[in-house]
Amino acid sequence: MNIDWHLVGTSLWPIVRGGLLGTIPLTLASFVAGLLIALVVALMRISGRAPLSAVARVYISVIRGTPLLVQLFVIFYGLPSVGVTLSPWPSAIIAFSLNVGGYAAEVIRAAILSVPKGQWEAAHTIGMSRRQALRRIILPQAARVSVPPLSNTFISLVKDTSLASLILVAELFRKAQEVAAFSQEFMVLYLEAAAVYWVFCLFLSAGQNLVEERLDRYVAH
Amino acid sequence: MSPTDPPTGPPGDVFAAPLHDGAPLLRVDGLRKSFGDNQVLKSIDLSVDRGDVVALIGPSGSGKTTVLRCLNGLEVPDGGTVDVAGELHLDFASPLSRKQVAALRDRSAMVFQHYHLFPHMTVLQNVIEGPVQVQRRHREEVVTEAEALLARVGLADKRDSHPAELSGGQQQRVGIVRALALRPQLLLFDEPTSALDPELVGDVLTVIKELADEGWTMLIVTHELAFAREVADQVVFMDEGYVVERGDPSVVLREPREERTRQFVRRLLSPF
Repeated sequence: MNIDWHLVGTSLWPIVRGGLLGTIPLTLASFVAGLLIALVVALMRISGRAPLSAVARVYISVIRGTPLLVQLFVIFYGLPSVGVTLSPWPSAIIAFSLNVGGYAAEVIRAAILSVPKGQWEAAHTIGMSRRQALRRIILPQAARVSVPPLSNTFISLVKDTSLASLILVAELFRKAQEVAAFSQEFMVLYLEAAAVYWVFCLFLSAGQNLVEERLDRYVAH
Repeated sequence: MSPTDPPTGPPGDVFAAPLHDGAPLLRVDGLRKSFGDNQVLKSIDLSVDRGDVVALIGPSGSGKTTVLRCLNGLEVPDGGTVDVAGELHLDFASPLSRKQVAALRDRSAMVFQHYHLFPHMTVLQNVIEGPVQVQRRHREEVVTEAEALLARVGLADKRDSHPAELSGGQQQRVGIVRALALRPQLLLFDEPTSALDPELVGDVLTVIKELADEGWTMLIVTHELAFAREVADQVVFMDEGYVVERGDPSVVLREPREERTRQFVRRLLSPF
């Protein structure tokens, strides 16, 4: 196979630009919104109130039991038929954040439950309410525990955002597709897209290690 | 209560007269608590005078720790009454409101067997968390007080350390300071030295003894009989959810009236 290095060179910037302006903002926005959803759902799950817990359980089950691509298509191509038409970007952010919300809720729930019961008791014994105990004592410790699994969710999300190319979001993979369609050099461009994703994820993993090291200082071993 | 339960305490339980004149700070009557089918507290009566140290002793599973946890609102008793300082009166026959539980916690502070310090906070933050976040006292004032308390237990230089950097004995002394900083009327100790290496026990007991000398009112669950004999004004021996015997340590620990107490004391004093 002859590699057209000139094409690799000229297509690199459009692809990276698609990553910087599409993939990364889409990932960040969906992840932040997804974490907020996940926190609420996790708290509903452990609230001890049957209706709240049931709603949370059904939500998690639906999200985890259906393909992300189907979720994305329901929101972008399905909702217009019931009168809700969303542009590509909002559709993608909604779909991805709902998806992250479902997966991360279980991570956060497990992390909260992993904090020893004695921490709740110590918080209560100094007079804290359940809410105060959660905010000041339990969640900071749960946060440390959930960094590695949430980093996995985050890195998966970076790659999953390539699905947004199917609803016309101008992200990294769609840029590669556009150049490929024009030049007919599919192998070169898709490998190039893969390489750019990989480099992004290498940086993210390095960032994860930094965060873990930082949080580690405050945890009992 | 199931029909098989005896209506009152076990035979021989004599409600001891107060050993000192002061009015009782804490009075517990008929405290009951079950976990499922397991009736841990069958009927507990206690009276702790202001400034007194009461040692709760007894075999494991006798319900000592559950008594403390009920008094700190960590467990909700099934029945009985608790009176603190004649000001707070709780009857557990009906469910307590959140406010009542908060009021009960406000009166007492607990020192745990396994310390339960907050690992993500420094020593100082551990100590000031309750007074600042819950009691809403002025931060500077609380910090000054916390530093003085830490200095008293020999930990002034550990102010900015995290619990993971401390020995067990140091962590437990922080646990005690965290309780003191809440300015409780009653200090509750749940086997404060049981998780410690033997050579670290002394430091913690010394601190508790100093608090006793200063007039703190304390209820201590302990297996350290020698310590109980030296520090306690009253020893309460519990077994199977009842108070079997209570009184002056020299009597309960040297010449117990009850056979069960005798056996327990003998076993602890000469385990072999």
